[in-house]
Amino acid sequence: MRELALNVMDVAQNSISAGASLITLTVEEDLAADRLTITLEDNGCGMTEEQVRSVIDPFYTTRTTRKVGLGVPLFKMEAEMTGGSFSIRSQKGKGTVLSAVFVPSHVDMIPLGDISGTVRLLVTCNPTLDFVFRRTRDGREFTMDTRELRQILGEDVPLNDPEVSEWIAGYLEEQTALLKEEM
Amino acid sequence: MKSLAELQAIRDKARAQVGLRAESGASVRVQVGMATCGIAAGARPVLNAFVEEVAKRGLQDIMVTQTGCIGICQYEPVVEVIEGEKKTTYVKMTAEKAVRVVNDHLVNGNVVTEYTIGSNAQ
Repeated sequence: MRELALNVMDVAQNSISAGASLITLTVEEDLAADRLTITLEDNGCGMTEEQVRSVIDPFYTTRTTRKVGLGVPLFKMEAEMTGGSFSIRSQKGKGTVLSAVFVPSHVDMIPLGDISGTVRLLVTCNPTLDFVFRRTRDGREFTMDTRELRQILGEDVPLNDPEVSEWIAGYLEEQTALLKEEM
Repeated sequence: MKSLAELQAIRDKARAQVGLRAESGASVRVQVGMATCGIAAGARPVLNAFVEEVAKRGLQDIMVTQTGCIGICQYEPVVEVIEGEKKTTYVKMTAEKAVRVVNDHLVNGNVVTEYTIGSNAQ
């Protein structure tokens, strides 16, 4: 993968397949500590202990079209390549939390990429699910919660309405720029 | 600044024209393969192009969505256009090709034959 944002898009698909109704994505940048942490939490069907162990094995997959499942193993490898770490916790019936820590200064670090684009597409393509996107950078932060947007939009306007989709793209872009602004 | 008030404006506008599209629903579904294989092959710019182009043209009865791996990874990015019983499979897509599919196929009803799986299979 050329961007971590693409991995997020890929791994989030597992949460969607797991029947999650709420997916929380957190991207935390700590420049001083040279750490980037990506956490993905869902309230889907969860996994058994054995499944949790096997999900990092590229030759394990629940799908039936072929015998390999590379999404999670790739993400784990990319984190560990930078000297970071990867963890996955899950409880059957409760949900799954997946967390990857990266060391951005490492030569093998893959850029975060267009994470806002990923969030926008996830929301637009899954209008019946709720997403919370929280991004922090050295003490500053912003959050977008589709449950709040839904409250404003009411039942008439779905989250995949083209204008709403454009609004989300613009909002995320602005908030990210504010986050990155010089103090 | 993007504000929540803008969202309210979108809602109010939609309420005003709700009669126009309420009962129609989405008649065409565009599915972009977004499994590991599709994403690695560049499916996200393709999906983005579909979302943006459909928004730009204000096409209301088209639903753009993502799907998993349909088993032809060598042809990714794969896009399926589903109109009732009819399904068109486009392969090796790019953002530029996506714009043309919106214009030619979704708007004007002409399948872009040269991008379909039939024209690309060896």
